[in-house]
Amino acid sequence: MNEAAIVIRQLCKKFGSNEVLHKINLEVAQGEATCIIGPSGSGKSTLLRCLAFLEEADSGTIEVYGQALGFSEDPSGRRVRLPASSLHAVRAKVGMVFQQFNLWPHMTALGNVSEALKSVRGLSRAAAEECAMIQLRKIGLGERASYYPAQLSGGQQQRVAIARALALEPRIMLFDEATASLDPELTGEVLNVMRALANDGMTMVIVTHEIGFAASIGRKIAFLDKGRVLLAGAPKDIFRGPRHPRMEQFLDTYLDRGAAMLI
Amino acid sequence: MRFDFALVESRLPEIFHALGVTLFMWIIGLIGASALGFLVAVARRFGPRSLSAALGVYVELFRGTPFLIQLFILYFGGPYVGLSLEAIPAGLVGLSVYGAAYFSEIFRAGFEAVPIGHVEAGECVGLNRVQIVRRILLPEMAMLVLPAGVNMAIILMKETAVMSVITVPELTLTISAIGTEFYAFVESLFLLALFYWGLVEICGWLGQVTERRFSRFRLVEA
Repeated sequence: MNEAAIVIRQLCKKFGSNEVLHKINLEVAQGEATCIIGPSGSGKSTLLRCLAFLEEADSGTIEVYGQALGFSEDPSGRRVRLPASSLHAVRAKVGMVFQQFNLWPHMTALGNVSEALKSVRGLSRAAAEECAMIQLRKIGLGERASYYPAQLSGGQQQRVAIARALALEPRIMLFDEATASLDPELTGEVLNVMRALANDGMTMVIVTHEIGFAASIGRKIAFLDKGRVLLAGAPKDIFRGPRHPRMEQFLDTYLDRGAAMLI
Repeated sequence: MRFDFALVESRLPEIFHALGVTLFMWIIGLIGASALGFLVAVARRFGPRSLSAALGVYVELFRGTPFLIQLFILYFGGPYVGLSLEAIPAGLVGLSVYGAAYFSEIFRAGFEAVPIGHVEAGECVGLNRVQIVRRILLPEMAMLVLPAGVNMAIILMKETAVMSVITVPELTLTISAIGTEFYAFVESLFLLALFYWGLVEICGWLGQVTERRFSRFRLVEA
């Protein structure tokens, strides 16, 4: 296994009295795609949102390339909130793609991709737009640079959202059910972009319901159930028998979605 | 009709001056009302709960009473509590405070309508709080509240007529005075209505042009 990009230790998160994540331990290896699967409400999206620091865990730690994200534990085990500068430095290594795309509707595709290059990186408008164009061409949307999100298809919007994250050259990309709100015929173009990224050696954490895609792209699969990592390992160990009974039950619901072919 | 346009012609400079006063009261009042309304909306959203409750009472009071009465109390009652304002400043303050109560509600709804994911996307690419408000929240909110804002602007335009009761020399006061002078009440009121209608049409048209500009990036269901 390669160097660890992300190390999650004993991560817990509650919403009120509802324990969404229970002592999660997980490592994400550098240069590999790690897929998180599991039934709805199993905590996979919350886990990913903790990695993007959109949710703050209640206890436990997350390390990104050896640096603590948001909180660290002092020698006595007490949680210490880290200063904003440290948080920014760690978050800058991570790019996030959302299920709902979350493009800014008042900016063109080019504007969406170049915004942070201008206001966070401090590039000039011309330089930022040049960088953004390179990213848009990479995902095959160079011609759509001047279009507003409302003028793009769902698949195109999600590809722009991927380009927006990639423009900041993150070392890790997080995907939160990136194809779940797309028509089946549009998921392919987004999955292809993700596959190309994986082939380039991008470190990725992918929360997905596309079990077939997870099995083919993931070097590691984590199966979450009721806020716990029930199984984690290489796809063949997870998907080929003898399977965990809970996994068996979960896969049953996917048999009609093509997962059967690879089992 | 006894209203002779030649008579009006002789008073045209006065009427144009009054038109200028109406526009001035409206535009400054509109800027005051929207700016104050924005501050109230921000304070209610991000401020402490007690402040939010107090501002809630303000909104209810000023939406719940007629502008005419608010203006009377400010102009004639103000001096009793040490607040002596000339007619024009009193009109501006009155219109701003009255309009702000409505605008704060418009902005509050606008804040709530911007999807939280758009803010999160900004956080994820490293935008700071100020940049998120300036680059994402405000522009998105602006296009969401535009129709309601134009509506409010039109209402405030017509409310400026109420200022005639505290002697602001605007259109209503001036033209009805001319009407009284020539015993031509119906004609002068008719002329007055035409003036307001024209102004409102221009305002509505401006709103439509702006909305059309915004329509190409209106919010879509993701």
